[in-house]
Amino acid sequence: MQSLTNRSKVVVNKKMSFMEKLYLPEIAKGMMITLKHLFKKKVTIKYPEQKRPVAPVWRGWHVLKRDELGRENCTACGLCAVACPAEAITMTAAERKPGEENLYREEKYASVYEINMLRCIFCGLCEEACPKEAIFLTDRNVPVDLLRDDFIFGKDKLVEGIEPEKRIDVSVRARAHRQIES
Amino acid sequence: MEYSELIFKIIFVIAVFAVSLLIAMYSTYAERKIAAFMQDRIGPDRAGPFGILQPLADGVKMFMKEEIIPSHADKALFILGPSLMMLTACMTGVVIPWGNSLLINGREYILQITDVNIGILYIFAVVSIGVYGIMIGGWASNNKYSLLGAIRASSQMISYELAMGMAIIALVMMTGTLSLREIVLQQHGAHWNVFYQPLGFLIFLVCAFAETNRTPFDLPECETELVGGYHTEYSSMKLGFYLFAEYINMFISSAVIATLYFGGFNMPFVSGLGLSHNTLAILGVVFFFAKIFFFIFLFMWVRWTIPRFRYDQLMNLGWKVMIPLSIVNVLLTGLVLLWRHGLFHF
Repeated sequence: MQSLTNRSKVVVNKKMSFMEKLYLPEIAKGMMITLKHLFKKKVTIKYPEQKRPVAPVWRGWHVLKRDELGRENCTACGLCAVACPAEAITMTAAERKPGEENLYREEKYASVYEINMLRCIFCGLCEEACPKEAIFLTDRNVPVDLLRDDFIFGKDKLVEGIEPEKRIDVSVRARAHRQIES
Repeated sequence: MEYSELIFKIIFVIAVFAVSLLIAMYSTYAERKIAAFMQDRIGPDRAGPFGILQPLADGVKMFMKEEIIPSHADKALFILGPSLMMLTACMTGVVIPWGNSLLINGREYILQITDVNIGILYIFAVVSIGVYGIMIGGWASNNKYSLLGAIRASSQMISYELAMGMAIIALVMMTGTLSLREIVLQQHGAHWNVFYQPLGFLIFLVCAFAETNRTPFDLPECETELVGGYHTEYSSMKLGFYLFAEYINMFISSAVIATLYFGGFNMPFVSGLGLSHNTLAILGVVFFFAKIFFFIFLFMWVRWTIPRFRYDQLMNLGWKVMIPLSIVNVLLTGLVLLWRHGLFHF
């Protein structure tokens, strides 16, 4: 079998030589190895401050998109919740009132939309299920927090802002996917 | 005893106590850091800069934890176990010569709590009582894993104490005194005993690892076989005492090794510098602590390098290797001493 690293060794059940039976030289050898590691570069990534580089197709923190007029795309059809294998998504639907046409694109919208980030497995099935191009997974990490309740993300943390500078770009992954497919 | 001397002693006792607790506290931090670095990790770095407050956080955690005394345990003995362990761990620092002496207003103050003329024996006696801490704790828990851990601990300690005692006998034959201060003063400059007793030092070092229950001899608390060993049933600060006592023991045995074999507060190449007595004494204390820290590091270094012995290997090493070797060491020392006294004529 081909080995994954070049460090593999064939185990031989031979008798120990005299030097090996003395233990101490072998122990000294082992201690030199650990001493070398003491000064090696550390592999730890201090997460909240440092971030691991991610692939262009990496899926993270969800966003609920607005259209070019700033209206929410989501119509609370519930297909994402049905598609979700981790059952992380819940929502409450509401009817659009007259005068709210600039906020919601269609007559029905989600008054409450919650994703439990501790349940979510970031599979992206919600994104695939969505017929309105409302939900996308982005390349942002879910921020760290201390309480479980704080990981249930409502619309305040999911819906993108109306202003152009607050819009969240979801084209990176789509482009990467297109590149892989072509 | 004069009042000034009494006050000095009281201050010194408190200082030694505080320093050994502080060093034991930061040994836990050092242990985690060294372990991490040897495994290419960073280790605790969240509490304060570089995680320097981590021992405090651990201490607070230990105190805040729920205290459980199992209903089937013997309550009095259950509490006595960790108390005894902690007591004996703190008691051994008494006879260690931390430094030479300070001259204040023409009066000499020895930097040692008490210079008992049987200092080594005192340490051995106290360390042996420490075994009872483990034994009582393991027995009182009324749990088979605890009991097995305690039995392992006591048999291991008894086996290795013999070889350790033999190593010391060779040393005592050479120095002709049991007082630790005398032994240190005899090693002035760089006449350290390790150069005259290399085999004895090696035996003593290995036995010190076994006595403090450190890897590769940490079978009493072998997690893979015995859950937690003798402290399986312990929680909260009682567990903390057991773990803490181990670190104090490590500190004290490092100090004993440095005293007996590495010249204690002696340092080479300073006698010619013409420094005053007090400066030399303070430098000596610093140097002594440097030696201690090196040995604490050695303890940790070995722990994160070598896997644990199997029980039969442990006993083989103790009885079939260490004890014969130490007897040979005693004989060799005796022969050399006789030869030097001119009792042989070739």
